[in-house]
Amino acid sequence: MNWQLPTLFGQTKTVLERVQDTTLPGTAVPQSSIERPETGVTYWFPEQASTFAEGVDDLYMFILWVSTVSFVVIVAAMVYLVFKYRRKGKEIVIEPSSSHNTKLEIAWSVLPSILLVPMFWWGATGYFDSRIPRDDAEEILVTASRYNWLFTYPDGDSSSELHLVRDQPVKLVMQSKDVLHSMYIPAFRQKMDIVPGRYTYAYINPTKLGQYRLSCTEYCGEGHSKMRTVAEVHISNEDRKANTQWIKAEHPPWENGSRLYKIHCSGCHRIDGKAATGPALNLTWGRKGKAHNGDPIEANEQYIKESIEYPDKVVVEGFGPVSKMNSFKGILDQDDISHVIAYLKYLQDPSLVTDSPEAAGSPNEGKSGEAEKPESEDEAVSTEDKEDSDA
Amino acid sequence: MSSEAIRNTFGTPETHFLNHEKGWKSWAFTLDHKRIGIMYLIGVNVALIMAGIFALVLRSHLWSFDGTGPVKLSNEMYNQMFTLHGAVMVFSFIIPSVPAALGNIVLPMMLGAKDVAFPRMNLASFYLWIAGTGCLLAAILSGNGLDTGWTFYTPYSIETETGVIYATFGAFILGFSSIFTGLNFLVTVNTMRAKGQTWFKLPLFLWSLYATSIIQVLATPVLGITLLMLIAEKTMHIGIFDPKYGGDPVLFQHFFWFYSHPAVYIMILPAMGVISELISVYSQKKIFGYSFIAFSSIAIALLGFLVWGHHMFTSGQSQVVTLIFSAITFTVAIPSAVKVFNWLATLYKGSILLSTPMCYALSFIFLFGIGGLTGLFLGALSTDIHLHDTYFVVAHFHFVMVGGTLTALLGGVFHWWPKIFGRMYNDTLGRISCFLVFTGFNLTFFPQFVMGARGMPRRYATYDPEFQIFHQYSTIGAFVLGFGIVMAYSVLLYAAFKGPRCGSNPFRAASLEWQSSSPPDFHNFTHKVVMTDPYDFDTQVYDEELDTYVHRELAQPTKPVEADPQPATH
Amino acid sequence: MAVADSHDTAHDDHHDHGEFIAHHFDSAEQQFDSGKLGIWIFLVTEVLFFSGLFVAYTLWRNHHPEVFEQAHVFLNKYLGGMNTIVLLFSSLTMALAVRSAQLGKNKQCSLYLLITMVCASMFLGVKAVEYSHKWDMGIFVRSAFDFHAGHHAAEPGTLAASLGVSPYLIKLSFIPAILLVGCIVASVIGKMTEKPLLSKFLVGMAVTVGGYFLGVVVGQVFVAATEGGSHASVVSPTEPLMLHAMTSEDGDHQAGDGEEHDHAEGEKHDHADGEIHETHHNEHHDDAHAMDHGPDPSKFDRDIGTFFSIYYCMTGLHAIHIIGGIIALAWLYWRSLAAHWRPDYFGPVDFVGLYWHLVDLIWIYLFPLLYLIE
Repeated sequence: MNWQLPTLFGQTKTVLERVQDTTLPGTAVPQSSIERPETGVTYWFPEQASTFAEGVDDLYMFILWVSTVSFVVIVAAMVYLVFKYRRKGKEIVIEPSSSHNTKLEIAWSVLPSILLVPMFWWGATGYFDSRIPRDDAEEILVTASRYNWLFTYPDGDSSSELHLVRDQPVKLVMQSKDVLHSMYIPAFRQKMDIVPGRYTYAYINPTKLGQYRLSCTEYCGEGHSKMRTVAEVHISNEDRKANTQWIKAEHPPWENGSRLYKIHCSGCHRIDGKAATGPALNLTWGRKGKAHNGDPIEANEQYIKESIEYPDKVVVEGFGPVSKMNSFKGILDQDDISHVIAYLKYLQDPSLVTDSPEAAGSPNEGKSGEAEKPESEDEAVSTEDKEDSDA
Repeated sequence: MSSEAIRNTFGTPETHFLNHEKGWKSWAFTLDHKRIGIMYLIGVNVALIMAGIFALVLRSHLWSFDGTGPVKLSNEMYNQMFTLHGAVMVFSFIIPSVPAALGNIVLPMMLGAKDVAFPRMNLASFYLWIAGTGCLLAAILSGNGLDTGWTFYTPYSIETETGVIYATFGAFILGFSSIFTGLNFLVTVNTMRAKGQTWFKLPLFLWSLYATSIIQVLATPVLGITLLMLIAEKTMHIGIFDPKYGGDPVLFQHFFWFYSHPAVYIMILPAMGVISELISVYSQKKIFGYSFIAFSSIAIALLGFLVWGHHMFTSGQSQVVTLIFSAITFTVAIPSAVKVFNWLATLYKGSILLSTPMCYALSFIFLFGIGGLTGLFLGALSTDIHLHDTYFVVAHFHFVMVGGTLTALLGGVFHWWPKIFGRMYNDTLGRISCFLVFTGFNLTFFPQFVMGARGMPRRYATYDPEFQIFHQYSTIGAFVLGFGIVMAYSVLLYAAFKGPRCGSNPFRAASLEWQSSSPPDFHNFTHKVVMTDPYDFDTQVYDEELDTYVHRELAQPTKPVEADPQPATH
Repeated sequence: MAVADSHDTAHDDHHDHGEFIAHHFDSAEQQFDSGKLGIWIFLVTEVLFFSGLFVAYTLWRNHHPEVFEQAHVFLNKYLGGMNTIVLLFSSLTMALAVRSAQLGKNKQCSLYLLITMVCASMFLGVKAVEYSHKWDMGIFVRSAFDFHAGHHAAEPGTLAASLGVSPYLIKLSFIPAILLVGCIVASVIGKMTEKPLLSKFLVGMAVTVGGYFLGVVVGQVFVAATEGGSHASVVSPTEPLMLHAMTSEDGDHQAGDGEEHDHAEGEKHDHADGEIHETHHNEHHDDAHAMDHGPDPSKFDRDIGTFFSIYYCMTGLHAIHIIGGIIALAWLYWRSLAAHWRPDYFGPVDFVGLYWHLVDLIWIYLFPLLYLIE
């Protein structure tokens, strides 16, 4: 179904010429290079470039066919009835007919609902596929601000385009510096809002090489339509390293975090596994514990952020009921908190925040590696990447 | 008045509500529901014209992908255009359109009543509408405009320096206008029905207005307090929605959609009621499955309160909540489908007259069918993630609100126009206007489904070049649609002043409003209404002398018409 | 203009008195039923209007229970309790007013209405004392929250200083003072120009506004009695704050230990402390560093301000409803003086009464939710 609508007034040629000269704002990527008539573009969709894209498209086509059939039936019935029973002349002639039929009405209330069940079910499973990241996913920090994107990789280097490696799943940890944004990559069928004041997450497992559009879909102001960039899928991690315009970090985030730790946290939190005024921080990341009131806690980004900003909110068992910690809201900003989180990850397992996995491209290895490494509780990655990028 | 004189009013009355008092004061301070309804009709259509012009401007801007088309707007201007288009259309036009304009005129007459229960409140509602719309427009005059989108999402609405306070205060006031109308209708339907008019003898339009009023009364206060909190947040930074002060922007979305999703049903339910009337009258057949249609209105109203979270599937609300909202969203599809099937069944073995209102009603079924079915794509979770905030959504809700509500409004206005003004419109021109609206509308919004599925985000001033062709179709369609609407109202306006006189009931309708003269008397009825089933068209017999249909009992010259015990005081 | 079509209603006897039946109603009964249903629906919208704030309250309390626990001690439950009693009493007199209107006893009705109005303005007077007391301590909404233990001393030589009350209270009392003087003067003029009804009405209004000042005096006495009249009382609410300050100082002493650990354990990262400070140019961090040595209690507990945001929104909106209620009651008072109520026509008293009970009811919820958190 790769057909185009006819062009209006033969404008396409000039459009293409204008496209040649424009580049996307904030990047060096020319407009014309993205999603050009490659294979895989159908009438309804851009390419399928992630693991769950196909499922989304299949569901879409399923609903489309169900809707089209019911719509055609309804309209055909309407046209037929209007034609058959049209008023001829001025006389109003009515054949007697019943004005209700409970059985029929119940039937057409219940039957469509049965069709709705698979749509809901299919949609829900597809949704969880696209929302729950695989355990070996690489973490990339997405920072959205008006009207820029910044993608920070585990080693601290950043880029203004999103660079991924084929078949290497990524978990995007997203934060906003100002207002609401939303990250949308049509080719991956993935979209997630970025909410100031909290972390949101998205998951992608890219399957196809190429450059894809990435845009902001939550209205954010004057430059909203300029807040576009590119997601590029590389064949391997080496390829990504070599062919990306990196914004080198002066220090990796965990190092910044360690400085912040010394200034602000070291008074009460130790990093040798022993509890002091507060819990030991080297055991914190990814820990699943209990609050003093018995609620379960999982130490993820959101929890760490809240604990720093609202220490009294959830107090770990054994340190409550009233936290002895001050709020650091307004003292540590969003970046600082991300650095502290990187440091906590570092303390848990340095490989989490040093370099991205060397042997990416083979998710199976990553998975098996994780299975053999029971000591790291949560955020394990493949065993090969223990090296410290700073060394 | 003698019975013969009353019967003669079914032809053309000498005095009626339009001429029993003259001068601007008799309009500005009137408590007559019909005059208030007409003022509302003028008001909402002025809003429609304004917001329509905004739409044409922004569609012209989108002619070219990089903003080099015939109409060039800066990004700020573009943002203000779509915001004002949305805000004026939603708050000032669609929400009051069918209930406050058509409903006001028709509802008391369908009940055989002299007026709504609280006429002063009714007038207050109209002046609140003017004040609220004025506040919305004051945002433009304040010099900064308004650029938040009609949803006022925080924290952008807190940070922007445009006239958010004017606009939110305007929406707040419009909310009260809407509550007044809803409260009035609820009480009127409950206490002022004609003798013998049981709930199941109400025309279906009243059921849908009743359901609508329930939503207006229950949901609008929540919007009111939300907007007040937003104003407090913006002026004093109370820290409830503003993340800078520890607030939660997603909470605002919950509050906002708790109103604004039911508001979608405020827009569509009365339209469905109009369609039920039109289909039945122009098929001359009792509506099929009366109770199913009636209860589906109530079901939609109640279910509408439980699905607001489906606007927020990508907002970061919890995944379990998302799942639940998706499931409930699918259930709303069912009562809507039931209505469509019942309308089709009503056509069966009818005597269908394809006059202008019927054309609008049939195009409603077509367009609302597309609008409703594309809702399934957005209710299913995984496809919604892809389609959310793209042109697919834009197309979907325009199919429901314009293809649904606007079409039904036009159909309803054509249907009741001869009742209001006692003059007939030109049917051929009316049908041409319907054809233009229908084709223009489809040309505008159908390409947007394709754009959306291909990944074109909404609210973009400049866009990716491969979408340009679709945008150009859309822009052409918008002008055709605009021309169609202008033509429809031209036909109507001409008819109101110069159209041929028509009798009290030219369409052989059976609901009570057709027992009054056209135009109706100031007190609506000069005789005691004869209670009848609103869909029993056999009761209406043709009176050659008057050239109109009259109820059997009123037409018999042998049995004198019972004069109203309370004579009208002119 | 119109006369009711009342052939078949129970009120045939009053047919000649149908002056208050609107033309579009068939009977007094239908009119009353419509009004009653209308007011109930209106009350539903009122409840939903407040519900937004209650939901915000619930969510915030759920998210930050600690803020609520710390914040409620700033509220004086004796003042709140007294206001509760005042409002409950006004509900009683309102019910009595409805009863006397039903019986057509207009004089009695006007007296009860007057008591209700006095109670309402007394409530506002106490509220004014409460608000001004808080503003004195810098307890504002979230963004302006700037708590400091102790009052702003009023500038010497001002009215506030000579009366020994908060300058905010003087500002709040400005409009009631004008109203009071205006009512008295106008009623005297009314008397002189022989408009007895108007003059009577204005006397009633003056008494009503007087209720506000009664409330202010009683409120001040209560504050003096329950908080010892001195600023020492304000210390008690600050205990949680003090706790923070102390642990924080402890933290400083321990800081040395912490750093040692860091060195002993963290050999992989080899920067000296000096480097840390050199590389830190961020303003924030400099601030933060200063904070380490002397935390400023007013800063880190600014989240308490969110509690007060909600407190001011809820009680403020409620106060606006009280003011609206007073206006409606004043209208009823005027009509009772004009002896409009009869056994077949007392709807307005009934409807405003229902509204007044709802306003009371909302306060009955607000009081424990805000003042009695434990």
